[in-house]
Amino acid sequence: MLTAVVAIFLLAALAPSLHRLLPNGSHWVLALGPAAITVWFASQIPAVSGGAVLTQAMHWVPALGVELAFRLDGLSLLFALLVTGIGSLIVVYSGSYLHGHEHQGRFYLFILAFMGSMLGLVLADDMIGLFVFWELTSVTSFLLIGFNHEDARSRRSAVQALLVTATGGLALLAGLVLLGLEGGSFRLSAVQASEVDLRGSALYLPILGLLLLGAFTKSAQVPFHFWLPNAMDAPTPVSAYLHSATMVKAGVYLVARLQPTLGGTEVWIWTLAGFGAVTAVWGGLMALRSTDLKKVLAYTTLMALGVLTLLAGLGSEDAIRAYCVFLLGHSLYKGALFMGAGGVDHGTGTRDVRDLGGLWPKMRLTGLVILLAALSMAGLPPFFGFVGKELIYEGVLEADPAGLWILAGVVLANATMLGAAGLVFVKPFLGRPTPATAHAHENGPALLLGPAVLALLGLGFGLMGSWPAGLLQATAAAVAGRPLALELHLWHGLTPALGLSALTIALGALLYVGLGPVTAALAGLARLSRVDFDAGWDRLLAGLDALARAITRRQQTGALTWYMLATIAVLTLLPGVTLLARGGLQWPDQPVGDDYVGWALCGLMLLGTAGALWARTRLGAITALSIVGMSIALFFLAFSAPDVGITQLMVETLTVIIIVLVLARLPKFGPLERTGAGLRLLKAGLALLAGAVTTAILLSVHAQPLSPHLSEFYAAASYVEAFGHNVVNVIIVDFRGFDTLGEIAVVAMAGLGVLALLKARGAPAAEDQKRETAP
Amino acid sequence: MMNSLILQTATRLLLGLMILFSVFILWRGHNQPGGGFIGGLIVAVAFALHALAYGVRAMRKLLVLDPRTILAAGLALSILAGFVAALGPGGLFANPYLEGRWFVTYTPAGEKSFAIGTPVLFDIGVYLVVIGGILAMVQGLMEED
Repeated sequence: MLTAVVAIFLLAALAPSLHRLLPNGSHWVLALGPAAITVWFASQIPAVSGGAVLTQAMHWVPALGVELAFRLDGLSLLFALLVTGIGSLIVVYSGSYLHGHEHQGRFYLFILAFMGSMLGLVLADDMIGLFVFWELTSVTSFLLIGFNHEDARSRRSAVQALLVTATGGLALLAGLVLLGLEGGSFRLSAVQASEVDLRGSALYLPILGLLLLGAFTKSAQVPFHFWLPNAMDAPTPVSAYLHSATMVKAGVYLVARLQPTLGGTEVWIWTLAGFGAVTAVWGGLMALRSTDLKKVLAYTTLMALGVLTLLAGLGSEDAIRAYCVFLLGHSLYKGALFMGAGGVDHGTGTRDVRDLGGLWPKMRLTGLVILLAALSMAGLPPFFGFVGKELIYEGVLEADPAGLWILAGVVLANATMLGAAGLVFVKPFLGRPTPATAHAHENGPALLLGPAVLALLGLGFGLMGSWPAGLLQATAAAVAGRPLALELHLWHGLTPALGLSALTIALGALLYVGLGPVTAALAGLARLSRVDFDAGWDRLLAGLDALARAITRRQQTGALTWYMLATIAVLTLLPGVTLLARGGLQWPDQPVGDDYVGWALCGLMLLGTAGALWARTRLGAITALSIVGMSIALFFLAFSAPDVGITQLMVETLTVIIIVLVLARLPKFGPLERTGAGLRLLKAGLALLAGAVTTAILLSVHAQPLSPHLSEFYAAASYVEAFGHNVVNVIIVDFRGFDTLGEIAVVAMAGLGVLALLKARGAPAAEDQKRETAP
Repeated sequence: MMNSLILQTATRLLLGLMILFSVFILWRGHNQPGGGFIGGLIVAVAFALHALAYGVRAMRKLLVLDPRTILAAGLALSILAGFVAALGPGGLFANPYLEGRWFVTYTPAGEKSFAIGTPVLFDIGVYLVVIGGILAMVQGLMEED
């Protein structure tokens, strides 16, 4: 499994070069990689269906106990097959769809990198690994949505998707860490198998809330759904792959993965069922209202994600069966529909339903593919979608607490699917021909292969329910956390579910026939809804910007006086308060020295200080201050620390030189320096306090007996081990050489930084202007 | 630039002396007061004086190299000096980074007569970084634009 993930990432890295070598055939070659991996995963179906679980683990960050652990059970296998299988088809498809695009190689890089991340996500057993792959899918999704980066709308959509899903990702991380600490292990399988009663834990609600926030943002549940329709600005292969078949399912994957560990409580059922049902109805209604083929499909995806969340929430046996079947069915038909819609776009140049009509004679193959997939989406027999829908009804009917409201919601949502199916097939293909479709042409094999395979699978699985049953039974067992029998039949007998299906079909037909009034009614609803969410998002971002700006303006006034005040206040108050609070204040019991040199130097320093205080000019103040510095250097010399003494002397000299150079560039004394009496008092108080705290700390330190351990060690080892008599220097360049390396790196950065700031002085006219126009 | 004859004459004399002195300080640093940091500061002061006396352009010409180049070379030298440690006994990865490696000659009587090692190289790196860093600032501040 590790090999598979790594291989896809390697393939991604090679893709741009390969595309340069083979500009016309690279997609066929690149698809071989994921196809081979699909075959490998498919070969695991018998074993996994038999209840086997493959695991693989290696150390990643042993110091932190982080592992790269993979685990292949039924749920992971189903997802892995979807990711690599649909992925191979998508690669072939995009080779033709983006043919001649100047960044085609880059596209392959992004989409393969996404494939690797998604595969890692569904295989990961370690929570940290899961999180890392989760974030990688967010990042690659960002890159893919913003693929047409010259388009401002694409960029906005990309940033929006990234911010929403990455915010959820942070919540997910927090939730996973809590779950790991509470469950006693960072392996999902270990937490599931452990005896810890997580549902009764005090942290159950925080854990659940954080994890669900991650899942809901990723799987676009209302109210976090608005990014998904906008993500349709991405090229169609991306929409088909990430935003219907795989990435957006990461959230429902996580929910299903956690179902045996955290599921079954009242909160779980009602939260998931509530959010899921609302999202499903919402998505279905919005789909009917849209005119862009891709938006229609995006909203039907919302509907599917809602239903999947709902089913995972209900958690009854039938609901879990329905979850697995519908998950597979939806990926098949939605992938096919998206690719078919892209084919229509490619063949006619538009995706607007209003401009499309009469395509059937011109694009029979594309039409057939879309018809097959749309029938599956509509949930008509004998397609796989029908099997899934029947199971959904059985699941909802079985779950007693779900109640009538949820049942009504699901029926309505499914009915809208029928309407949406009509929208994507009937109008474009059977409607009256339009000018836009006059020059429509059929697509080539690369554009047809992917959707055709998926659509035919949707039909085949419906007719031959025994084909996928083994895999799906293993999936259901993984979601339920215990073995679960699963058989798939088209005919269930005269059951309530069949009655609901009939009702759905009737309602759906009604919705499609009465599309005009329905749309008009929905338009009113929409004015309250998505527009609001989307605009609300912009307002949220604008508000954040304004807040950040306000804080920055407060904090970064640009006046050096304030920076100094803040810095010194912090440096004084933190150690000062600590010293007092911890009772560290002590008076040394050594006698005060009577060395006249020391006293004389102290007197000199006081003189310098007084001079600095009373100085009328900057130059005067600097010169006076340098008296203090020089006296300190003399102190060091007098008390036998010549190295430090010389250094101090040199630094003092250079400081004066540099400050003089700076002063020469400054304007005359500005208003900032002519401050009022209050501010002067504040500054004086702070200065005195800083001095007092420093003195107190030094005295207290002096009151402690000095441990001779270190100095003895250095004195003894300096010559023997480091061939040097000057202990200070040996410490600097040898014993603590690594520190010094860090310090000279800082010196280097400071020098370059000063230079860069000075050089940038000429440019900032534009910067200033920007600041002035900003509110 | 100050255009003071006294400063200019004194600087001309002092510059060479200070540079020589800084090398001396650098070299003896391992055994007596001194070292790369102090040595570097002395050179920086010398050149800063020169810049004050004759202008920054003259200083730059005298320096030959861009201060940033000196800075980068110093940092690189210090970093590289740390890697020499890997050549010690026990294979490439048995020795910690920056561990000192010495080349020592002995007098016939068995006393050390001359020793040079990676800490000296490291110290020369420090010396160059300090020169480059400070002169970069001085140059930036004095350049007319």
